[in-house]
Amino acid sequence: MTEKVLEIRDLHVTFDTPSGPLEAVRGIDLDVEAGELLGVVGESGSGKSVSFLATMGLLPARVRVTGSVLLAGEQLIGASNKYMRSVRGRLLSMIFQDPLSALNPVHRIGDQISEMLQSHQSLSSRDAAKRAMELLDIVGIPQPSDRARQYPHEFSGGMRQRVIIAIAIANNPKVLIADEPTTALDVTVQAQILEVIERVQDRFGTAVVLITHDLGVIARVADRVNVMYAGRNVEQGTIDNLFDHPSHPYTRGLLASLPRPGKQRLKPITGFPPNMVKPPRGCAFHPRCDFAADICKSEMPNLVSYGNLQTACVRARELPKSERFV
Amino acid sequence: MLRYILRRLAWSVPTLLLVTFLVYLALRIGTDPVESYKRVNPRASRAKIQQYIDINGLDPNFVQGYIKWLKNFITGEWAPSIKGRREVWPALKDAMANTLRLGTAATVVGIFFGLIAGVLAALRPGGRRDVFINTSAFVGISIPPFISAILLQLLFAVYWQRWFGESLFPTSGVYPAGHTGFDLFLMLKFMALPTIIVAIQIIATYSRYMRSSLLDVMNSDYMRTARSKGISERRILIKHGMRNALIPVVTIAALDVGSIVGGLIITENIFAYPGMGLYFLKSFGDGDFPLLMPWMVVIVASILLFNLIADISYAWLDPRIRLE
Ligand SMILES: Nc1ncnc2c1ncn2[C@@H]1O[C@H](COP(=O)(O)OP(=O)(O)OP(=O)(O)O)[C@@H](O)[C@H]1O
Ligand code: SF4
Ligand SMILES: [Mg+2]
Repeated sequence: MTEKVLEIRDLHVTFDTPSGPLEAVRGIDLDVEAGELLGVVGESGSGKSVSFLATMGLLPARVRVTGSVLLAGEQLIGASNKYMRSVRGRLLSMIFQDPLSALNPVHRIGDQISEMLQSHQSLSSRDAAKRAMELLDIVGIPQPSDRARQYPHEFSGGMRQRVIIAIAIANNPKVLIADEPTTALDVTVQAQILEVIERVQDRFGTAVVLITHDLGVIARVADRVNVMYAGRNVEQGTIDNLFDHPSHPYTRGLLASLPRPGKQRLKPITGFPPNMVKPPRGCAFHPRCDFAADICKSEMPNLVSYGNLQTACVRARELPKSERFV
Repeated sequence: MLRYILRRLAWSVPTLLLVTFLVYLALRIGTDPVESYKRVNPRASRAKIQQYIDINGLDPNFVQGYIKWLKNFITGEWAPSIKGRREVWPALKDAMANTLRLGTAATVVGIFFGLIAGVLAALRPGGRRDVFINTSAFVGISIPPFISAILLQLLFAVYWQRWFGESLFPTSGVYPAGHTGFDLFLMLKFMALPTIIVAIQIIATYSRYMRSSLLDVMNSDYMRTARSKGISERRILIKHGMRNALIPVVTIAALDVGSIVGGLIITENIFAYPGMGLYFLKSFGDGDFPLLMPWMVVIVASILLFNLIADISYAWLDPRIRLE
């Protein structure tokens, strides 16, 4: 049994919006095991970013967050700002989608890495600068000593994302949350960045949460997958089990819409993601589900074991066996 | 960088020539300096008038005249003022010194408090403090200086005298009539009210600049990166927020200072403060060509200079800008 570094239980996040309270995350359960690469997929607006911003304590104070997030056994929900500051960047790091704007344009690259080091370790400026260069080398930036003295605008998008990864792993965190780290980059660069992330995971035993809406990316690098829909998790399992026989109709839909060799036509999921101010009652997926029955409109399904997967579908046992996607 | 500065300085010479030529044309066409001279000195002899025309380059041919004026200006052959035949340089120098003193004091006070107010407002946008600062800034900008000046004069001079027997701040000039020599305390007392008037405007303007600039920066992605590093709020605000928010504000400030050299016309007028603004009003009213032209040269030169300073400070603060 592997050690759980991050345990999220019944996480709820509610925003106040002009059109009323918006519950973006509606009871998420999720574990991250030490050193694993967990993929988190779901359509736009399914609450992926918000769940992990809440975990990091990066949502504005007026946003309501309830539930439990244990990081190495310590409760983060409701923890003091001071404690959260000591966690962020030390035990838990997060990198964001757009590398072009995520670095401060007026500070040198080396200084931005050193800042991360020095805020959690007592290092002299010189030692921090030296360590910053090592980190640049680790994420595959050539001539680190020259590059450290440059500014973000002198770096390409892919190189900037490498720098951001270097910052995120500077203090060797237990968990690295990567929120769509490759979406803004072109395909060849995407592959390189994924390699860097995998290398970091291998070399330092960092657990990685990779948020994406690209199941292809997940298939390439993840150990386990967590599928989200409308602020809930609908299916969890190892990559093999999930791709082998997905059981939740939404997961099936996602997989069926993947381009695969030998398949001419893609089958996208029909309909649109729900409006989160007023999500559908019962299973939020029922307006778009091919298997929906009356019971789906009244009962909100929770994750239960189904075969080798955890699935949140009231009709899981009655559904036809899915085709294989491997 | 140095090469850029030298090139800009070199370029400012033809710019100065062109602009002063345009100013020369405008004054000649707009005010007819020879007529003004005759009006002020009705009994001037023919020879005197011709001498005035020669030294000021007021020949019928504008180009020849301008060249003549330029030559005399550069070699220091400056004509005396038409009224009272005063020497121009000492008058101009005093006016500059007075305006720079008032302008610097008001700018330092104004920008300091303006930036603080802007930051305090931006920290909690929409909060009570933000609303208060915004409203005050709005009031500060909308009350014209001549109204606020009269209110302050009433309060600190007229009523103060009524209540306490003597006024707290004098309401006009730099020193009491007949005073000679330098007296810092006396000078500060005379400067207090005009400084406050100008500073109010600057505080109001700069608190708004700073607020909107900082709000822009606060919502940017790199601020989220900074927060995700777990560094202190203070460091996030200063090293990441203010450092970026100040870039446009400093640039505007440099340009504003350049235009202050032109005098704070309204304030100087109300307080009979003998600065560049008052100098201009008087000499323009008299059509005093010998006083006006050097004033124009100073103004144009300072605007060019502070434009250069604005560009340099911009490039210095923002590594993305390269001066070529
Ligand atoms: N600051 C906010 N105020 C109000 N609603 C918000 C805010 N941030 C997010 N939301 C809402 O929360 C829901 C979930 O957003 P989230 O950003 O987590 O989606 P996501 O799964 O990350 O999608 P994407 O793939 O587009 O990044 C959305 O409906 C969004 O509109
Ligand atoms: S619960 Fe019903 S609607 Fe929801 S996924 Fe299962 S079958 Fe479809
Ligand atoms: Mg997102």
